[in-house]
Amino acid sequence: MTSPIAPDLTAPGRMPVKPRAGVWRRLVRRRLALLGLVIVAIVVAGAVLAPWLTGYDPNEQMFDGLTIEGSPLPPDAKFWLGTDLLGRDLLTRILYGARTSLIIGIVANGVALFIGTLVGVTAGYFRGWIGSALMRFTDLMMAFPALLLAICLAAVFEPSLWIVAMVIALVNWVQTARVIYTETSSLAEREFIDAERTIGASAPRILFRHILPHLLPTIIVWGTLGISTTVLLEATLSFLGIGVQPPTASWGNIIFENQTYFQAAPWLVFFPGAAILALALAFNLIGDALRDILDPTQRGRA
Amino acid sequence: MITYLGRRLIQSLLILLGVSLITFALLYLLPADPVRQIAGRSATPQTVENIRQQLGLDQPFIVQYWRYLTKLVSGDLGRSYIQRSEVTELIVSRLPASLLLMVGAILCELLLGLSMGLIAAVKRGTATDQTLMVASFVGVSAPQFVVGLLLLYVFAVRLSWFPIGGYGTWRHLVLPSLTMGILGAGWYARMMRSSMIDVLRQDYVRTARAKGLARRAILFRHALPNAILPVIAMIGIDIGIFMGGIVVVESVFGWPGIGQLAWQAIQRVDIPIIMGVTLVSAFAIVLGNLLADVIAPFIDPRIKLR
Repeated sequence: MTSPIAPDLTAPGRMPVKPRAGVWRRLVRRRLALLGLVIVAIVVAGAVLAPWLTGYDPNEQMFDGLTIEGSPLPPDAKFWLGTDLLGRDLLTRILYGARTSLIIGIVANGVALFIGTLVGVTAGYFRGWIGSALMRFTDLMMAFPALLLAICLAAVFEPSLWIVAMVIALVNWVQTARVIYTETSSLAEREFIDAERTIGASAPRILFRHILPHLLPTIIVWGTLGISTTVLLEATLSFLGIGVQPPTASWGNIIFENQTYFQAAPWLVFFPGAAILALALAFNLIGDALRDILDPTQRGRA
Repeated sequence: MITYLGRRLIQSLLILLGVSLITFALLYLLPADPVRQIAGRSATPQTVENIRQQLGLDQPFIVQYWRYLTKLVSGDLGRSYIQRSEVTELIVSRLPASLLLMVGAILCELLLGLSMGLIAAVKRGTATDQTLMVASFVGVSAPQFVVGLLLLYVFAVRLSWFPIGGYGTWRHLVLPSLTMGILGAGWYARMMRSSMIDVLRQDYVRTARAKGLARRAILFRHALPNAILPVIAMIGIDIGIFMGGIVVVESVFGWPGIGQLAWQAIQRVDIPIIMGVTLVSAFAIVLGNLLADVIAPFIDPRIKLR
């Protein structure tokens, strides 16, 4: 059972991997994918260049960062996006928060992708009792409400950046495992794999030389779409206060820290919220375009 | 069909058993001590030990889990540590609110999603189509708590069309449903669009067009009923997504459902409630998936149950 978005990458008669040289060119030719790439580039630049882009420290509580009554400042010429409840510059915190989102997006999603591929390939290629045990376990994980599980896990461990990344990975590998499993099991039955076995190729050789290269497009597509899910999950956990802990800035915990004040200072929700939306949207746009490009059977449909 | 159902039911039961085992084990490993929470800061070590014995928390894991399971069979989810009442009662009292929210959310996502998908399919390739598809991407990429807070700000704080939070009248239901629905609407719009495009390619649509039927009649009488069914069948799977968002949306809007119950319980390490809500959610997800699979062959006879 895959989620409603799950692209059907396993349609019969699927073409083998196409030469990858044209993928990038075809990607940038699509307007929406290009928009996604530009957003990602901006976020990456903002995260990397944060110390040079802003003159403030993300954790510095400034005297002139609050009104005389002690409320946060709206956006103005000095603080471009305003200040937060503690008088810190919001733009600076959002720039540093981009680091958190990207690190978690890459690490958590990378680990999830790795676990998912490992489980999917093992179950799909070796079958047997290991295969069915792994897939039953995957079914079981599908029945967990992901967010609830993540919340329980995050509450179990002392939250830190790396723990949050691991929690997200532990929740997010399931979809990938399912997709990779179906694809691997259909690949494993194809003649060229049979032929390899007949001439005595070892399992690792078949897996790394023949199965994995065929799975690459799927892994790329799911890897890209997965970053989006990861970014959203991190933001949600941090918003609930059990994700990345302040003072480390994260887009989700900026909103968590300031939500009591949002009626008076909506920019404190709006700007970090827009950042989360933009980054998640960007990876969804890129992933969707990649799916179109890499999987010919899907072209022109969704 | 009967054997298929039987096998699926047993599978579902096993899955629920697994979910209960994993959740129980996770909560058992929890470093936070529930007994400390109940006893309070000033309790003597003796009192703490007494409470631990009373709750049976001094027993080994297997014993505790077995006791939990045997009670579960008779529908007993145990007693809340903090609220001093039966978990089953608490959940049952909170369930109507969550179900109401679910109905509202599904209505929103179907209304929004299906109409967006329909228009996009009919205007395929035009600027309208592109705009709608971008909108559907925005819908699925928007974090629910941000959508919720923004809707609150615009429609409750600024315009005062709807109350800021709480529960009671239909007015209270609108914003939380919309918040939950926007995410689903994005998925439905995309599915509806591709389903409709598929149908519009079919021969019977061409025939209808050839015999000179009005465009409107072709769309609504011939294409729509066929395109809509596979999309509606996804509602079962949608329940999983719904159960994920419920904690966040209910806490943003102060909606007294099981999501809020779970969130309060997690903060206070009230293990029986966390277990209960997780099991109820898993049950809903398993049931939803089962329904989706059982309905599928009725909608598309080419699908065979295996």
